[in-house]
Amino acid sequence: MIVISGGTLIDPSAQREGEYDLLLEGATIKDVQKRGSFSELKSVRIIDARGKWVTPGFVDLHVHLREPGFEWKETIKSGAEAAVLGGYTSICCMPNTRPTNDCAEIAKFILDRGRNTGLARVLPIGSISKALQGKEMSPLSELKSAGCVAFSDDGEPIWDAGLMRRSLEWCLMLDLPISCHEEDKHLSCGGCMNESGLSTRLGLKGIPGVAEDVMIARDIELARFTGGRVHICHVSTARGTELIRRAKADGIRISAEATPHHIVLTEEAIGEYDTNCKMSPPLRGEADRLGVLAGLKDGTIDALASDHAPHERDSKEVEFAKASFGILGLQTSLPLLLDFVRQGAISRMRAIEALSTGPAKAFKLNAGRLVAGAPADITIIDPDYSWTFRKEVVRSLSLNSPFIGRQMRGIADTVVVEGRVVVDGQRLISQGA
Amino acid sequence: MPRHLLGIEGMSREELLQYLDNAEHFIEVSGRDIKKVPALRGKTIVNLFLEPSTRTRSSFEIAGKRLSADTINISGSESSVVKGETLLDTAKNLEAMAPDVLVIRHRESGAPHFLARRLKTTAVVNAGDGAHEHPTQALLDLLTLKIHFSKLGRDISGLKVAIVGDVRHSRVARSNLWAHRLLGNKVTFVGPPTLVPGEFRDSSIFGNNLHLEADLARGIEGADVIICLRMQLERQSEHFVPSLEEYSHEYCVSERVLSRYAPNSVVLHPGPANRGTEVSSEVLDGPRSLVSEQVTHGVAVRMAVLFTLAAGSPSTNQEQQV
Ligand SMILES: [Zn+2]
Repeated sequence: MIVISGGTLIDPSAQREGEYDLLLEGATIKDVQKRGSFSELKSVRIIDARGKWVTPGFVDLHVHLREPGFEWKETIKSGAEAAVLGGYTSICCMPNTRPTNDCAEIAKFILDRGRNTGLARVLPIGSISKALQGKEMSPLSELKSAGCVAFSDDGEPIWDAGLMRRSLEWCLMLDLPISCHEEDKHLSCGGCMNESGLSTRLGLKGIPGVAEDVMIARDIELARFTGGRVHICHVSTARGTELIRRAKADGIRISAEATPHHIVLTEEAIGEYDTNCKMSPPLRGEADRLGVLAGLKDGTIDALASDHAPHERDSKEVEFAKASFGILGLQTSLPLLLDFVRQGAISRMRAIEALSTGPAKAFKLNAGRLVAGAPADITIIDPDYSWTFRKEVVRSLSLNSPFIGRQMRGIADTVVVEGRVVVDGQRLISQGA
Repeated sequence: MPRHLLGIEGMSREELLQYLDNAEHFIEVSGRDIKKVPALRGKTIVNLFLEPSTRTRSSFEIAGKRLSADTINISGSESSVVKGETLLDTAKNLEAMAPDVLVIRHRESGAPHFLARRLKTTAVVNAGDGAHEHPTQALLDLLTLKIHFSKLGRDISGLKVAIVGDVRHSRVARSNLWAHRLLGNKVTFVGPPTLVPGEFRDSSIFGNNLHLEADLARGIEGADVIICLRMQLERQSEHFVPSLEEYSHEYCVSERVLSRYAPNSVVLHPGPANRGTEVSSEVLDGPRSLVSEQVTHGVAVRMAVLFTLAAGSPSTNQEQQV
């Protein structure tokens, strides 16, 4: 048994915040009581959380682990290591591997690999269409039985509205969400950054915000029409946020995520063609950044998702237009979000919710709660710890992050997954498996 | 650290005028019987043209030769050095060669900046990158205008400039915009909204002296200078224009429209021109056209640029006598 004692407990699922201790037994939370309640217990391991925040383990709805197929960029193991160091206890990985995660075999492979790391829970997302071709539907029932928690063709939009409709309808029976990368490729048209005065100045092809907005609008209407569950990936525009806000008000079953980079950075960060600021959707202007941030604050956007997208140096150290889209995210989400808490832009409770309870609810995962009977997935945050995100700190196999060199405040100090301590005093505890 | 010429944006007015003054001096050199000065003897210039361009490449080559530099040409189409090689490999190879000046033409915006960041001892000259900048083109356009207007007793400040055509994809338009902005000139971009994007209205980036106009007559009205841009055939398939015929019906710069709306204007074109599409032959071959002056001045401007940058590079020992 483990007792986590002395910390400030923050549980968005119960809107509870205060001096509570946790008692863990095996892989489960056994009890939550006022501070000191478990001090009489014998032969327990005590984790001292004084001066720290005790929160549900973080849940990331959007990561790219690159295995199978692109193991030089990231493996399930390296990704899971980066995840727990970032405070994540569950990560949902996108199916754009090689081969695509479009059948039970691949889904099981990912689950097995994930389980063997003994670190964060690795939850596969199956593809909507076979080989991400946008043509034939993947065997969605088979993928669910294998353990997939959602479906997505992330990186590619679902072009065919008919396919989207039927997938939503099929998923009514499975009760799983469809996670949508919203981009009308006829509007983004080979662009590589936000379409704006800046893209015009730099002479780079732009991706207008409307390329995202029209697809969000379409999928909202398809969700309204079918009653299916739609999840909107990496919202980057103020207009897209507003569309989701209205859809929620209409009672449509919709959830959404935003990335740390879209609320921290604007396109200005590109400077003189910095490819570590190239991602899809692109960094936008200040009005969009503020619009997305407001959505995250008021709950229109349920979850912060890292869109962790590792790429090797060779695919980033090229001409801007030729560089791969995407940046690392797992190890930097927490401190970047905490900056907003310190500025007073987002409440502490809401920030923790966006990292844990919010995403767990969006995908109906058994996570994000610090109550008796819930899985013992816990993140203990040292909110004031100052550190620099240096290359040496990066646990991923890739280094593509615009935040390298940035001064950070706040870190996951201790992380517990299924009752096992996997990060202890910021150090990874390797799991003999 | 070598100085580079990556764009006109960010250049000071003094720097711009200095380039023009130096270039004027080099026009004199080009008029001599022996068109060669020893200014850059012992210096190495690499002309790396990864996008086809006969005109700009030969202009730089002549400029380098007239300054007595050793010039090496590497072109994307013919060279195995470049085939299948990434820009990073190219940078490494160039680093090993350590030329004094690298002149680069590349189809992607920002490629010269990529190389400039990585080459420690080489000055980089942008000879056109994607839709971003083509600084020596703007300099030669200005030099051409300076010489033309000085004959009329006018300065190159206070001009009304209309840039007509495919501004969206044009590095010439952008470099000219920055240059004319430094001189306090009024610039109007003229063309259909598909090719003159509204993003240029962002005055925090482009200033308040830029105007956009979809109507050719209104756009060129009272202009002193008309810069015609090259219209590419592929714009049709990309839906920027319904057809080249429709484009030229609306925007071809003809003598008829010039004599009516901009009777005193001169016409520039960066070349090669599509006669009858963006500009009529009558205009191109007529008295308003400064196109052949542009070509001549191109060499002088590039001599001035190479001289300025190579003279500042560390391997210089000999005195810089022109
Ligand atoms: Zn995506």
